Amino acid sequence: MANLTLVQAINLALIQEMEKDDRVLLLGEDIGLNGGVFRATEGLFQRFGGDRVVDSPLAESGIMGTAIGLAMGGLRPIPEIQFEGFLGPAFDQLTNQCARVNTRTRGGITCPLVLRVPVGGGIHAPEHHSDSPEAIYTHTPGLKIVMPSSPYDAKGLLISAIRDPNPVIFFEPKRIYRAFREEVPEDEYTIPIGKARTVCEGEELTMVSWGATVIQCMNAIEEADRSIELIDLRTISPIDMETIANSVRKTGRCVVVHEAPKTAGLGAEIAASVMEHCFLQLEAPVQRVCGFDTIMPYYKLELEYLPDAERIGKAIVETLAY
Amino acid sequence: MPRKPVFTTTIDHVSILDEHGNFDATLGEGLIPDKDVVAMYKHMMSCRHFDEIAFKLQRSGRMGTYPENRGQEVPSLAAAYVLHKNDWMVTCYRENAGLFWRGLPKEKILLHWMGDERGNHIDECNVTPLAIAIGSQMLHATGLAWASKYKKDGAIACTFFGDGATSEGDFHEAANFAANLDLPVVFVCQNNGWAISTPTKLECSAPTVAQRGIAYGMDCVQVDGNDLFAMVKVIGDAAKNARENNRPTFIEALTYRLGDHTTADDARRYRDADELEMWEKRDPLIRTRMYLEQRDLWDGAKEEEQLDVAAKEIAQVVKNAEEIDAPAATEMFDNMYADLSPELLLQRQTMRTSSLGQDPSQIDATNEVRQSN
Repeated sequence: MANLTLVQAINLALIQEMEKDDRVLLLGEDIGLNGGVFRATEGLFQRFGGDRVVDSPLAESGIMGTAIGLAMGGLRPIPEIQFEGFLGPAFDQLTNQCARVNTRTRGGITCPLVLRVPVGGGIHAPEHHSDSPEAIYTHTPGLKIVMPSSPYDAKGLLISAIRDPNPVIFFEPKRIYRAFREEVPEDEYTIPIGKARTVCEGEELTMVSWGATVIQCMNAIEEADRSIELIDLRTISPIDMETIANSVRKTGRCVVVHEAPKTAGLGAEIAASVMEHCFLQLEAPVQRVCGFDTIMPYYKLELEYLPDAERIGKAIVETLAY
Repeated sequence: MPRKPVFTTTIDHVSILDEHGNFDATLGEGLIPDKDVVAMYKHMMSCRHFDEIAFKLQRSGRMGTYPENRGQEVPSLAAAYVLHKNDWMVTCYRENAGLFWRGLPKEKILLHWMGDERGNHIDECNVTPLAIAIGSQMLHATGLAWASKYKKDGAIACTFFGDGATSEGDFHEAANFAANLDLPVVFVCQNNGWAISTPTKLECSAPTVAQRGIAYGMDCVQVDGNDLFAMVKVIGDAAKNARENNRPTFIEALTYRLGDHTTADDARRYRDADELEMWEKRDPLIRTRMYLEQRDLWDGAKEEEQLDVAAKEIAQVVKNAEEIDAPAATEMFDNMYADLSPELLLQRQTMRTSSLGQDPSQIDATNEVRQSN
């Protein structure tokens, strides 16, 4: 056991999978000698060499497109896009190509890769460095999407993602890269993709979140002092609706919390599904505590934009009072 | 000296068998054995007939949109002739001749354009499905070459695209990756003068498209793309450079589509009849036949015989494509993921997305609750 941050847990997972499987190689901007701008790949270039930890040209579509070719060629590439705001140039290769390889070859050629992308706000970063675009990619059939909320989950989910035969986007909430440490086993372990985690059990209200806002939810729940069940999705595509529905059938109330803008965010998908699956048990309208439907503001206003314990707490009180 | 040249270069144009049947023995002698020239000529005749039949299938409502290949048979065929079995051929959608030479069953191309994804299931010959989005495939070829270099399996990748595709950012990123990372890629630009209705001069204001590769530090050459011998020569050189030195090459093959962009296009709206007439004289089949007849390897009787062989073969191909059972509706769910999520399984099982439609017992349950209230 080691007491690791989330970014250290990612580093450990990469090392262990690279040692185990020589088909795994990394490519991205500044990931080699520099160890990545967040140091997620620190020491890997020195350990595994330049053939397996490749400093790519500064070209996101190129990173994504060549990673597709590497995967089609039988390898397990792990491309990194440095910040979620730079996914734009890779969007075509990611959605029109990567997501479709399995389907358009009828399984004849597969595309097992993990696209690692730091995501979200809260670190006083410049423009295009703080967005939460997960819903865009969840609306893209053919991809799986994972977002951990803790160091333990980060390691187990990343190992699962690397071993998954499908293309997986691994969104890393940069706000909690180093926010806290947690005991992370040295031994390898996996956390299944597609299954949510019930963080704490409760009887009065179900709260659903993923990534960095799970921490805000935990803070809000502690302050609320009510019996609240918190579900951390872990995987946001496909969503584990069974775990959510079972919980809401029990509690009758549901609040979804995410950083991304409210409109057409995943909260809308979850609210619609809760309504379909738990219509007769619902005691209150499903509430969404989200980022506003605005461009992500520069960092002087980012804390006003991001859902915090106070905003979440208000939604808890209001939903319970309904 | 305050100003001096730091880099100068030239672009070669390669031609061996010209449109009049003149053959340059200095480059061409011994390049392709006679029997192979005969085989490739027969193959081109077969592909030409396939093209005519495919066009008619579309016109008679038996197939969807189809891009005629007519006139552009040589570049991909030459590559397929040169490449090894484990090399990758990563094409766009006007390379039937090369794909068929590599062993892709012809009905798969018909199935593709008939809207049947089973035409894309290819496990025969290390080729990728037709790339419809212009320029998208060059990065995949670069990645495939990279994988081969990494695995040390000795394979290279050869990718095809048009002059218009060299305006796409992905071309430049692929060229840059391939050159910077020393990857065994052969880039073959089929410059047919037009990107649908846009002439090459609006895609590239430099005198040659070939020189676009210079900026990335790779060898570049321009070639008569309707000249089987010149194409085999330059692709052979490029493949050697890739295999032995892990270096990419950019080849600009000058060719022409004698048909419209696709069956949904009418090239008369933007191309002069004179231009078409000029290129009809440069038809690769005409000059290849001249070459063979000059050496007594071909004659009118053989031509008639081969036309008959091609007609019978393609009739069977059409039959195979048209007689296949319709795909099951549920096939759209299959192969997208290695494993289906519960939601996808439910959608597949019920072919419904409305939850009451997926689970009618919910309606009964609702009524029971209402009655008990």
